[in-house]
Amino acid sequence: MMENTQFQDDAPLLKVRGLTRSYWARTGCAEVDLDVWPGEVLGIVGESGSGKSTLLSCLAGHLEADAGSVVQGGEDVLRLPEPARRRLMRTDWAYIHQHARDGLRMNVSAGGNVGERMMAGGARHYGSIRDTAADWLQRVEIDPARIDDRPTAFSGGMQQRLQIARGLVTAPKLVLMDEPTGGLDVSVQARLLDLLRGLVRDMGLAVILVTHDIGVVRLLADRLMVMRHGRVVEAGLTDRVLDDPQHDYTQLLVSSVLPA
Amino acid sequence: MIHVRDVSKSFTLHAQGGIVIPVLEGARLEVAAGECVALTGSSGSGKSTLLRLLQGNYAPASGRIEVAGLDLATATPREIAALRRDRLGYVSQFLRVVPRVPAHDVVADPLLQLGVPPAAARERAEALLSRLNLPQALWSLSPTTFSGGEQQRVNIARGFVHPYPVLLLDEPTASLDPLNRAVVLDLIREAKARGAALVGIFHDREARDEIADREVDVSLFAAAP
Repeated sequence: MMENTQFQDDAPLLKVRGLTRSYWARTGCAEVDLDVWPGEVLGIVGESGSGKSTLLSCLAGHLEADAGSVVQGGEDVLRLPEPARRRLMRTDWAYIHQHARDGLRMNVSAGGNVGERMMAGGARHYGSIRDTAADWLQRVEIDPARIDDRPTAFSGGMQQRLQIARGLVTAPKLVLMDEPTGGLDVSVQARLLDLLRGLVRDMGLAVILVTHDIGVVRLLADRLMVMRHGRVVEAGLTDRVLDDPQHDYTQLLVSSVLPA
Repeated sequence: MIHVRDVSKSFTLHAQGGIVIPVLEGARLEVAAGECVALTGSSGSGKSTLLRLLQGNYAPASGRIEVAGLDLATATPREIAALRRDRLGYVSQFLRVVPRVPAHDVVADPLLQLGVPPAAARERAEALLSRLNLPQALWSLSPTTFSGGEQQRVNIARGFVHPYPVLLLDEPTASLDPLNRAVVLDLIREAKARGAALVGIFHDREARDEIADREVDVSLFAAAP
């Protein structure tokens, strides 16, 4: 094994070990191990029912895990008291829902949606909250002149970008994404992928991205995990897993993609 | 810079009854700094497979593939990703990019990943695109709409934008006119002069004769089917 000092002292941001969740007799996810480092996107693919969404929900605290640990900074997040856990989700972590309406408050203005998360993170000065919100609208390519419009007046792609602005305004370390480009037109998807790539690089974000879209992970994910029946069947560099898949299920998944 | 020892590679097709297709057996390759080695052999002999093994895109079944000090057979995904970021460049035949990113940003991207400030990265990208005679009007457009030769020049610019110590070239002159072909050969000469180790597949025989120091016939490593 070669020496590579760059990585010996480079600890992962998040260490997940043995994460397990069942629904009665049925397996949700079983004994999942994963590490994520700052500045990288970890993609998780698998068909419906593979356990990828259960895994993400357990990480986010939307579902309670039966067993396992999720360690960040020496602390097991699964064992945090509820208020501390909620504070974490409001500041250091962000969750991007597939449907923007699940992650936004539809009856509050765009600026309010962004500002609300800043206030939950402790910001109090109205003027600077509004300025930062306007700045973030611009970063996700929404005209700041629309700061007082409600998201109901936005297109699907704009709503998704607003949800990203709301999530990232507190400069989180970890972002959990559930099918963030699902249901969007292809051209809108491309814009979102480009935006996300830039934000991951510029903010050094660690991202866990759950999707069933192989094309999206190929362009966005540095590393990839393939799940089936609740378990990880294959993991590695994204292009290696997709171009030289070893597991029979990964081969099936890759060969089922229609050529672009 | 590159040491390949006893590398074998086969593909197991699970969907077809687990049939095993052996491709390479006992592959060896040594490439020194400042040297350009051309992989030769008939179509299907395993040239592309060997190039992809060197890039870390394929996993070897056995053997050792050392590239710029890292053994790709045992390296972690993150070590390979780091190798590709600063030490291992690759000029692919195919362009795989987010279909909205303008050409000059596609080319500047490897530099941004290395932390080069955006203005400086853009400047180096545009200097290369201009050297490769890509019309300036195209720089701000997505290369997904470009012709084959234009896409190839974007790929070449991306591969040469950072002085990688190891560079892999998959048919770098395939769809180029004589003028741009000459520019690419100059870029390769300059890379050799600064001490880069290059491995390439060149169907263009004249280019190969002009630029390669040695040829390695990959069919010598063809695995018995």
